[in-house]
Amino acid sequence: MTSLALLAVASGLVAFSGFPGLLLRAGSGTAQRIATGLHVLGCTIGTGAAAWALASESVTARFAWTLPGGSVTFSLDRLSGFFLVPVFVVSGLGSIYGEGYWAESRHPGNGRKLRVFYGLVTGSLALVMAAGDAWAFLAGWEIVSLAAFFLITTDQNDEQALRAGWIYLVAAHVGTLILFAMFTLLRDATGGWLLVPSAALGSSALLPPILVLALAGFGLKAGVIPLHIWLPDAHAAAPSHVSALLSGVVLKLGIYGLVRVLWMLPAYPAWLGLALVALGISSGVLGVVLALAQHDLKRLLAYHSIENIGIILIGLGVGALGVAQGRLDWAVLGFAGGLLHVWNHAAFKSLLFYAAGAVIHETGTREIDAMGGLLRRMRFTGAAFLVGAVAICGLPPLNGFVSEWLISLGSFRALTSGGGDVGTLGAAAGAPALALIGALAVACFVKAYSVVFLGSPRSAGAAGDVADASPSMRVAMGGLALACAAIGFWPSGATRLSRIAAEGLVPGGVGTHAGADMGTLGGIPLLLLGFLAALMAAVLAWTRPAIRTTTWDCGYAAGSPRIQYTSSSFAQMLVGLFRWAVMPDEHRPRLSGPFPAAGSRFESHAPDPVLDRFLLPALSRGRSLLGLARAIQAGRIQAYLLYIVVTLLILLAWSAVW
Amino acid sequence: MVSSAANLAAVLVLAPLLLGVINRTKSLVAGRTGPPLLQAYFDLAKLLRKGFVVSGTTTWIFLAGPVLSVAAPFVAALLLPLGGRPALLSFTGDMLLFVGAFGLARFFVSAAALDTGSPFEGMGAAREVTFSALAEPALLFGMLALTRLSGSLTLTGMLDLRAAAAWQKASASIVLVLASWFIVLLAENARVPFDDPNTHLELTMVHEVMVLDHAGPAFGFILYGTALKLAVFETLIVTLLVPFRSSSAALDLAVFAAGLVGVSVVVGLVESSMARLRFVRVPQLLVTATLLAGFAVVLVLRVP
Repeated sequence: MTSLALLAVASGLVAFSGFPGLLLRAGSGTAQRIATGLHVLGCTIGTGAAAWALASESVTARFAWTLPGGSVTFSLDRLSGFFLVPVFVVSGLGSIYGEGYWAESRHPGNGRKLRVFYGLVTGSLALVMAAGDAWAFLAGWEIVSLAAFFLITTDQNDEQALRAGWIYLVAAHVGTLILFAMFTLLRDATGGWLLVPSAALGSSALLPPILVLALAGFGLKAGVIPLHIWLPDAHAAAPSHVSALLSGVVLKLGIYGLVRVLWMLPAYPAWLGLALVALGISSGVLGVVLALAQHDLKRLLAYHSIENIGIILIGLGVGALGVAQGRLDWAVLGFAGGLLHVWNHAAFKSLLFYAAGAVIHETGTREIDAMGGLLRRMRFTGAAFLVGAVAICGLPPLNGFVSEWLISLGSFRALTSGGGDVGTLGAAAGAPALALIGALAVACFVKAYSVVFLGSPRSAGAAGDVADASPSMRVAMGGLALACAAIGFWPSGATRLSRIAAEGLVPGGVGTHAGADMGTLGGIPLLLLGFLAALMAAVLAWTRPAIRTTTWDCGYAAGSPRIQYTSSSFAQMLVGLFRWAVMPDEHRPRLSGPFPAAGSRFESHAPDPVLDRFLLPALSRGRSLLGLARAIQAGRIQAYLLYIVVTLLILLAWSAVW
Repeated sequence: MVSSAANLAAVLVLAPLLLGVINRTKSLVAGRTGPPLLQAYFDLAKLLRKGFVVSGTTTWIFLAGPVLSVAAPFVAALLLPLGGRPALLSFTGDMLLFVGAFGLARFFVSAAALDTGSPFEGMGAAREVTFSALAEPALLFGMLALTRLSGSLTLTGMLDLRAAAAWQKASASIVLVLASWFIVLLAENARVPFDDPNTHLELTMVHEVMVLDHAGPAFGFILYGTALKLAVFETLIVTLLVPFRSSSAALDLAVFAAGLVGVSVVVGLVESSMARLRFVRVPQLLVTATLLAGFAVVLVLRVP
């Protein structure tokens, strides 16, 4: 028995967890319970296999195959194990969440489809991460991409979901195409399809195009700006536990692919680190700024995924710059921080999507400005969202702080003894960029949390009969909130694991002393929490009993909930500062006279600047040009056969002449 | 250790005095007598004895704001070298906890403001998070420059430039950092030209208006937190400015206290001599602060 065999059992169980339900009738709760049971069992075994892989040397298995390549190889090492942990944890908790959120009795039309593809995505994610050669990798990659399309379009009657699904499908296939080119060049450079560290790669002239293609192909999957076009709509349209899986886990597939290619390199060119840092900073800052402009709760969270992918790239970039300069102390900090952020983002972003799902489920809207005052009726969900919000802002004492602390520390380390060149400056830029991103994220999550959960209800939906999340949803949220707290309060465990995974990214391995800083955070977050709790208790004791009255209204007693600051008004200054990037749509009515006409309403929307402002207009212009080609596409099969024959003849003639 | 703890106690006790110094400076410049130097202590004593009135719209978040607004500067004070003595709590990377603690406080103070459902407080919270987001990179760039100069990854190490060698070889960078951090101090502590602490009219609705609905002991916590935060940011500047240390802890503490009072006087003079900026100008000033500190980093990269 090896970790690889255990993983095969787990991913098999998970991948087929949804199929038994297909034999039962639609609307059957038993079908859902079977699927959830198998899924959770598989994910538990899978987490064990991932932990085993993280703790042991790599295992490889090769099978003969008649398809191209001649054989298919699977390999499980520490890096794969590290990425597999969040896959199984988030997916398992998500299926428990689905029991309450997407109950079969309420969704007989598509519940079974959802669970089949939910299992398939998870199982094939394991396939990609255990792939030992390009064929296994691409096969798994393609199954993930296709199954994710069916998850996004779970509600096949929702026009918005279909549009998001199609855009996603096109983007995913462009990405796969780029990866085909990348793996082909990689084979030319290394001499085989196997994904193993290769010394020949370092001196190959193909290295720059390989890395550029990897950045493009994997960046498209990960949602790096400006390749993020498919991401916001897809995450917003899918059911919430699917959004959590897509955002928390499937995006990381892009990061995993990139990291796997880095792992193959014998040395890092200096420009690679600079490119990663630059991409990371632009994705991080623009992602959070675009999030600030949103007033759809799930689109807002989706743009934050772009931001967090940016943070991960900054970490990897700092690490790559460190390796390029032969400075392992900050290389390890950057890599370990970037990798730990993969875990952390999986935990807090999935938690936020679960909590958002519970809110949307109760209020029936995704519009932030239609919510308000939900904390008093959704105590558990509100607390869970708060944990996720504090964590995603990178604030102590939760897990987001730990990974951003590592990356920033790498930036500071770069300055202590690095040279005075542009590489050092690039690495140093990481810390202030993270500070800006974090502070903007605070602005965004103060807005999201407060407008949704605090104040008074802004609409009938939010004021009506709103109940807290069901027990199964609470289990999923509670599990992830505990994970956020555990990594935050006990950072040394998680940092040790991420250091183990990061070692593979440093060619030649790291010394024992490099990264010794990583443990210094120690028990300090716990100390802080104890202090805060004591202070809070003191204030509570002091301020009780309190006199309850209304909010100060300057004596104007007819205030309605509509006088509250909305999400748009809260973000207005920051969106204004970044107007050049956000390009919001504003509908300002012309007001005339002392009593403007009824129905004069200000509205603002923030469509995606790349997709809606640039790509779609350009494509629709391109389509009218391509209309000329429609003349030869008559739709008659005879004509197509003729084209094929003519093409073959031309090719034959060509080969005869040359 | 003992003198570090004694200095921390001194800062905790003396912080409200700095508010009095600023107000006294302003009233002297304006030709008024002004409130007593100890007015903030009187206010605190009064507020902590009062009953507590709370809006029915609010939740427990409303109380978390005042708690964090004391806790954050307290944690920051633990991490800072006070009066020429090393910080009580010092570890590699502690400057990031310094920044993070204020971020956590900002999160909860702004959320507490929005918890009341009042548009005034929403306005204040929106402005607070905007300005702080622009001030934070300036703080980080300054820390990067000092890390390069001192080779240290702790606040105690990087602020401790008393060897004076650093001043000799990179005085330009240190001056740039000081200028940048002074702007950050004014912004983070809601002073003129970013905010006017004496009013909470719509035009100046930033910090004061966020806490409009807090009363009694909760407001006392906020007032004390404001004073302590001012002391913490002034400490950054004074510690950089006083690059020597004597063998006597008492003398060092006296010099340090005099420095804090001096910076408070400067803040008071700034407030007396200029009006609050228009809100469209505020981000420009904060970006300037970031650029100053960024320039300092580029300069120190070339220092051997």
